[in-house]
Amino acid sequence: MRGMVKRLLAGMCLLALTACGQTAAEKKPAAGGPVSGPVGGAVGGTLKAVRDRGYVSCGASTGTVGFGAPDSRGYWRGLDVETCRAVAAAVLGDKDKVRFVPLTGQQRLTALQSGEIDILPRTTTWTLSRDANGVNFTLPNYYDYDGIMVRKDRGVTSSRELDGASVCVQTGSTTEVTFTNLVASVAPNLKAVIFDSTQATRQAFFSGRCDALITDASGLASVRATMASNPDDFIIFPADGKLSPLTPAVRHGDDQWFDIVKWSFQALLMAEELRITQANIDEMRKSQDPTIRRFLGVEPGNGVALGLDEEWTYRIVKQLGNYGEMFDRNVGAGSPLKLDRGLNRLFRDGGLMVPMAFN
Amino acid sequence: MTSLSTLLNDTRTRQIGLQALMLAAAIGGIGWLVLNTAGNLDERGITGGFGFLERAARFPIAESIIHYRPTDSFGWAFLVGLGNTLFLAVTAALTATLLGLGVALARRSTHPLTSGAATVYVEAMRNTPLVVQLLFWYALLTLGLPNIHMAFTPIDGVILADRGLYLPRPVIAGDKGPFVAALLLGLAATAAAWRYGRIQRLRTGIPNHYGWIAVFSTLLLVGLVWISSSLALSLDRPVIGRFNATGGMGLSPEFTAVFAGLLLYSAAFIGEIIRGGIDAVDKGQWEAGRALGLEEGKILRLIVIPQALRVIIPPMTSQYINITKNTTLALAVGYPDIALVAATTINQTGQAVEGILILMLVFLTLSVTASLFMNWYNRRIALVTR
Repeated sequence: MRGMVKRLLAGMCLLALTACGQTAAEKKPAAGGPVSGPVGGAVGGTLKAVRDRGYVSCGASTGTVGFGAPDSRGYWRGLDVETCRAVAAAVLGDKDKVRFVPLTGQQRLTALQSGEIDILPRTTTWTLSRDANGVNFTLPNYYDYDGIMVRKDRGVTSSRELDGASVCVQTGSTTEVTFTNLVASVAPNLKAVIFDSTQATRQAFFSGRCDALITDASGLASVRATMASNPDDFIIFPADGKLSPLTPAVRHGDDQWFDIVKWSFQALLMAEELRITQANIDEMRKSQDPTIRRFLGVEPGNGVALGLDEEWTYRIVKQLGNYGEMFDRNVGAGSPLKLDRGLNRLFRDGGLMVPMAFN
Repeated sequence: MTSLSTLLNDTRTRQIGLQALMLAAAIGGIGWLVLNTAGNLDERGITGGFGFLERAARFPIAESIIHYRPTDSFGWAFLVGLGNTLFLAVTAALTATLLGLGVALARRSTHPLTSGAATVYVEAMRNTPLVVQLLFWYALLTLGLPNIHMAFTPIDGVILADRGLYLPRPVIAGDKGPFVAALLLGLAATAAAWRYGRIQRLRTGIPNHYGWIAVFSTLLLVGLVWISSSLALSLDRPVIGRFNATGGMGLSPEFTAVFAGLLLYSAAFIGEIIRGGIDAVDKGQWEAGRALGLEEGKILRLIVIPQALRVIIPPMTSQYINITKNTTLALAVGYPDIALVAATTINQTGQAVEGILILMLVFLTLSVTASLFMNWYNRRIALVTR
């Protein structure tokens, strides 16, 4: 008996020691990350690791149609998925040299921090505590807001009118905080029903366990388009009118990779700005416009600066089209989600998407 | 030279040497992990430590035994989750033990229908994964029960719907201080009287009624205090509002699903343990009891169960620990136990290592406590050789 207690105490001391050292037994060798080298080094280990490996490893959702989900043939489609494919096209020359790792909301940041994936484009809202904790957010690829979906026949059109209702909330999302803010401000008697998995949350809503479902409005549109027997029975309204920029993230400490991911997405925006499309890109290559020539690498400089070849932007647009085409195909008019381009228009057209200069 | 080879071939030296080597390897391995992880976290710019526990949690917790607001700290949120976990584990363990006893007796029954039903129950429960059962109960509760607007209300104030079971809540109006004091005093006196009566009975062999006298005087005292402090009992009946039932007290589908799942699953195992324990008691003990003219129930209670307990307690310890650990599956049906709180905290703060460590420490402590208690109980009931 005494022996057992002693041994247990010894075990706990060991555990406590581990805790003081801020460590875990779950340490894994970083698949693509800078395994050794200078702390916070600017010299890229990820690019080399990706090239050696032959594919980019991307975090993906466990199934959000329009943003990231495999189609009936198992081919991954979606705005987030194509953001990742753009990087593969730039770095490896082929948009299909990618592997997608389906992650829950809870696993996603750890997977990125630990080096299991190279990029996390997975409807992740850019927040300070996430940014400060081992990841770097690139630039938003979709401006979203937190939305609430209810059955139309409940006759509710704002958060305030929803007071007293049960709301299905998924854990590991920023909507938990939005929910808390709603309770503190306009609807003090809201009841949360909280689930760990996306599927469980959605099922609970459609089974009638909750009156409302709260998450990113884009996600709600996706759920409505794919899970509702009649999508017209449901309405979506903004929860609190605050914007959540969904932003792909990379790991801290590899500035070169950070730049590549950032600019691969920027290339999609710039292509739209310059009215270059998948269809006309070969035509555009012959253009005399110095901006277009510079952008498409006819005049060299951009590629070498990033550690890539000069055709990287050409490949991105040739294989995926520009941001506008990508939007329409996945979430816009050409998709079941039929989302309005809204805030995601180019700045030129009154939106928030700002193409940065490629020089 | 000879002395050195003697030393090398000495069993004792070899054993000590081998153990020292193993210990060094273990310490080295753990040390390597610690340093490596710390290095990696540092390299990736993840700030470690438990400082986040003091920050405001800001996420909602659906239901809790301990009061919680989102403005409370992460540390408090963990405590709230622990409270839920303990509540679930204790209620499930107690009810599963009672049901398990019933199952064991049913399986030993000579009536083919009773023993057959018990066998089917045990096999069905033991041979399907618990998480599947939880999801089944949850689906049954949320899909099988009527919508809140068409709720089943057998009598006024009782509402059964997909939002849970709502019952009237008794409300006592007035100064409850003297009443509570009288109740506590009465309970203590009853316990003491009961014990004294038992000692007297064992010493003299004459039955007495001290215990019952104490019960009735307590009731009288409590009743008098109730009247003298003019307390009034009323019922707070739940009513169906625009979205949910309000007022009364409710049992959520989440808790019910995880509680029912744990109870039915564990009762099957506990039933088999108890049955095994009873079967392990020699048939001669039953026969001896009958020869003394004791009823079957008394033989079971006074002769067989005390002996069976010695066989039952050790495996029961691991069952109780299993129940405690299985509460983490509550995550699947959305009951906010400590695992759900940890999961949410990890996501909000990014402190995965710390969150998991807290979870591990909590369950280690719970399991060790349960095991120590059961060991103590086992020693208490162990065979005293005279």
